[in-house]
Amino acid sequence: MFRTRFTRRLPAAVAVAGLALAAAACGGGGESTSTGAEAAPSASAAQLNANADLSKQSLQVTVWDGYTPKELPDKVKQDLKVSNVKINLHDTNETAMKKLAVPGDSGIDVAFVSGQYAQALWEQGLLEPIHPELIPNLSNLYPEATQLSYDKGNKYSVPYTWGTTGICYRSDLVKAEPTSWNDILKPPAWAQKKVTMMTTERWLALPALKALGYSVNTDKDDEIAKAKELLVAAKQNLLGYDDTTFGDKLKSGEAVMVEAWDGWCPTTDPKKNIKFVVPKEGSDLWVDTMVIMKSSKNKEAAHALINYILDPKIHGWAAENINYKVPNKAAMDAVKVPEGSLLGIKPAELLNGESIRDLGEASTKYTRLSTEVQAQ
Amino acid sequence: MTSQTKTRPASPARGRRFAAFAFLSPGLTYLIVLLLVPLALVLSAAFFRRGRFGGIIYEFTTENFTRLIDPLYLSVLGNSLKIAGITTLLALLIGYPTAYFIAQLPRNWKTIALVAIVLPFWTNFIIRIYAWIMLLSGPGIVNSVLGTQLELLYKDGAIVVGLLYSYLPLMVLPLYAAIERLDPQLREASANLGASAFTTFRKVTLPLTIPGVLTGCLFVFVPSFGNFVIPDLLGGGKSIMVGNLIRTQFLQARDEPFGATLTLALIAVLIVLLMVQSWAARRA
Repeated sequence: MFRTRFTRRLPAAVAVAGLALAAAACGGGGESTSTGAEAAPSASAAQLNANADLSKQSLQVTVWDGYTPKELPDKVKQDLKVSNVKINLHDTNETAMKKLAVPGDSGIDVAFVSGQYAQALWEQGLLEPIHPELIPNLSNLYPEATQLSYDKGNKYSVPYTWGTTGICYRSDLVKAEPTSWNDILKPPAWAQKKVTMMTTERWLALPALKALGYSVNTDKDDEIAKAKELLVAAKQNLLGYDDTTFGDKLKSGEAVMVEAWDGWCPTTDPKKNIKFVVPKEGSDLWVDTMVIMKSSKNKEAAHALINYILDPKIHGWAAENINYKVPNKAAMDAVKVPEGSLLGIKPAELLNGESIRDLGEASTKYTRLSTEVQAQ
Repeated sequence: MTSQTKTRPASPARGRRFAAFAFLSPGLTYLIVLLLVPLALVLSAAFFRRGRFGGIIYEFTTENFTRLIDPLYLSVLGNSLKIAGITTLLALLIGYPTAYFIAQLPRNWKTIALVAIVLPFWTNFIIRIYAWIMLLSGPGIVNSVLGTQLELLYKDGAIVVGLLYSYLPLMVLPLYAAIERLDPQLREASANLGASAFTTFRKVTLPLTIPGVLTGCLFVFVPSFGNFVIPDLLGGGKSIMVGNLIRTQFLQARDEPFGATLTLALIAVLIVLLMVQSWAARRA
């Protein structure tokens, strides 16, 4: 989702390979599976034994590259006495979904996916409910982190990192500090052609939906149509759409204001001229979560792993090393917040943001919206 | 010679067939296992429905094809044809004189010139495209050398420049092969018979190199048409080509059936072009 780095392949030098590329661009083969919409979430939780012998269990985890400490598998093996820990990587939520939404056992025990994807997995009955008695460290979470709208009470997911979307800008190049989404949708003359927005569908729509006072989860056609009008009008003043290199464009001065995820806004740049603001109309709240698969045969070890990660020392690693806020009060209290860092945003401010929910069938409306805006 | 030596080996045709099969089988196996089978698997999704949370529901439907004729997607297809067409035309206009010139060089210089043509391929494609961003961007090299504020990047023109730059060698090489093969005596004969240099080119050189022209055009058009990296990086995502659309369906929208349908449409366009090319080459 917010890590849409995709492998860009070197096009081969012959026409036949050109065709192959077209096919390669289409991603994996046909092993994708039916994901029945009707499957109801299973209420029955497995009977788990708090004193299970973890040395008979091994864990397979799927997570984004660089999202957990490199030495985590070794430490878990040592400290929890789990027989083996294997880390698989995924580059986007979509590839994770492909891995997880298979009939039978995907082989994965614990998965890291964003909140709305956890919700989609739960609604398909693929997740094991969280057994809080096996995760005492849940008490380290901020109270707000247990009331996330896609999963109130952490029934099936435990938050790992969270953040929001706003405007990242060059404080030395703007004539007035941005305060509203309209500052990038209808930029003043000095910012025209020096603004970028994101294309990943839900975040392409977000500034317009919020500027119009709508929900980021709206599925009403007339609201989406109004947002489209605004986005199409905004396009002529954009430098371009950018999901990955907007930070570089700010540093070079090519752009002066960009729509950005907080963790990606380079506010700690030594020149101290990059700032981040959440516009007054509000924004989203994104959460990356940890979930346990129903198909897992190592559920006790899976809970133990999540409990281990919620330890302030381990959880604080993410804040210190990948600059994402973690919903762990004990961890955040211990983290030294560097000057300019966005780690200082308080959970209460963050919670003003609306969490993005999976919209099921209606999500195609957003795909269409972003295609329409880009093709205009 | 005895009559025995005159008799041919048992079945030469069969021997040749066997040899052909033996030589072709590694390539064929590769193509079938790694290209055709996966391609067929992906394309088969075009006939099924998207699941509520992505994935494929195996219920036969033709609704993906109905969606395809939506003006929105047709306009993306049209835009791709336009951009790839302009790129191909420019590549031909630049590539033909280049190939012609190289073919007239002394042998040593020919080799040097050809190596120079393929040299850019030794560097990663993405790095070369980023070099263009550094050249063309607002505070980039071109603007700072000229002392101007030109808007060069993030528009369709920049996409064409990137595609042209990337695929021009694929135009030059087949053209060079066609022009190089040309017997110089044909042109001498034409001149001796009173034709001007232009008439000689129009009536002798060009018709004889048409197959090379068509091959070159196809080599440039095909990868340009399906490209999605260059529209993203040099076009700033402000205009999309069919490659971007397919990428989005598979990687963002989790809509494999529609992605497969778009891929099928892309392949259909390319097959038509291949047929036109082979038909034109036979007539030439």
